[in-house]
Amino acid sequence: MNMRTPLKNARRLGSAKEGADHFWMQRVTAVANLFLGLFLVWLIASLAGADYTTVSSTLANPIVAILLMLLIVSAAIHMRLGMQVIIEDYITGEGTKIVFLLLNNFFAILVAAASVWAILKLSFA
Amino acid sequence: MSDARTAHGTDNRPLSPHLQVYRPLINMVMSILHRMTGAALYFGSLLLAWWLVAAAIGPEYFEFVNSIFGSLLGKIVLFGFTWALLHHMMGGIRHFIWDTGRGLDIATVKSLSIMSGVVSVAATLLVWAIAMAAG
Repeated sequence: MNMRTPLKNARRLGSAKEGADHFWMQRVTAVANLFLGLFLVWLIASLAGADYTTVSSTLANPIVAILLMLLIVSAAIHMRLGMQVIIEDYITGEGTKIVFLLLNNFFAILVAAASVWAILKLSFA
Repeated sequence: MSDARTAHGTDNRPLSPHLQVYRPLINMVMSILHRMTGAALYFGSLLLAWWLVAAAIGPEYFEFVNSIFGSLLGKIVLFGFTWALLHHMMGGIRHFIWDTGRGLDIATVKSLSIMSGVVSVAATLLVWAIAMAAG
């Protein structure tokens, strides 16, 4: 005889897609990206046509470096979540979908790792 | 489990109407553009990573990458990148407003959609005008 309540049986068996976490993280990173993205636009525009010494010393500035790294991490999470939805929407084959979802994770982490490495290298050069 | 799955695979399940059966409406166009600019920024993030890595590698490689970004094609891509970023940002602000439950009536949806398009184009032109004047 099953002594468990129906709720106990249903828990963790729902859509299995983390429910509101996805929505919430998308919004949290969106708020961060709004401010950090404007900072990026300002930074790049102000560095237009600048020589190497100016660019590398600007990127090594602690405030610039920290804000850039925050943007990269926040944007990587945001774009990973966004592309996940696109993949889930358009790719119907279960196997192909899993492959693309894996690639999506790897891509986001790779972009973030490469960018953070570059900023750290410039910061501690 | 379901017949569609076992008989013909998941591809045989009914689809909702496609984009091309609807007359394009401004809010629909902006919704599609929001997803498209998001996807473009996804791959555009490679450009930022490339530029940062180039700066980390050294002056010679940085000059090489900078000359690619500074070429006509590079500038066109970066202009598109700027617009995609600003447009996605405006779309995001629209979503923040909707998240509070406000602005969901048709008239407001329409004007918010038009505003996000106008502001993103104007802001892109402004940013480039400032960058060109400075650089």
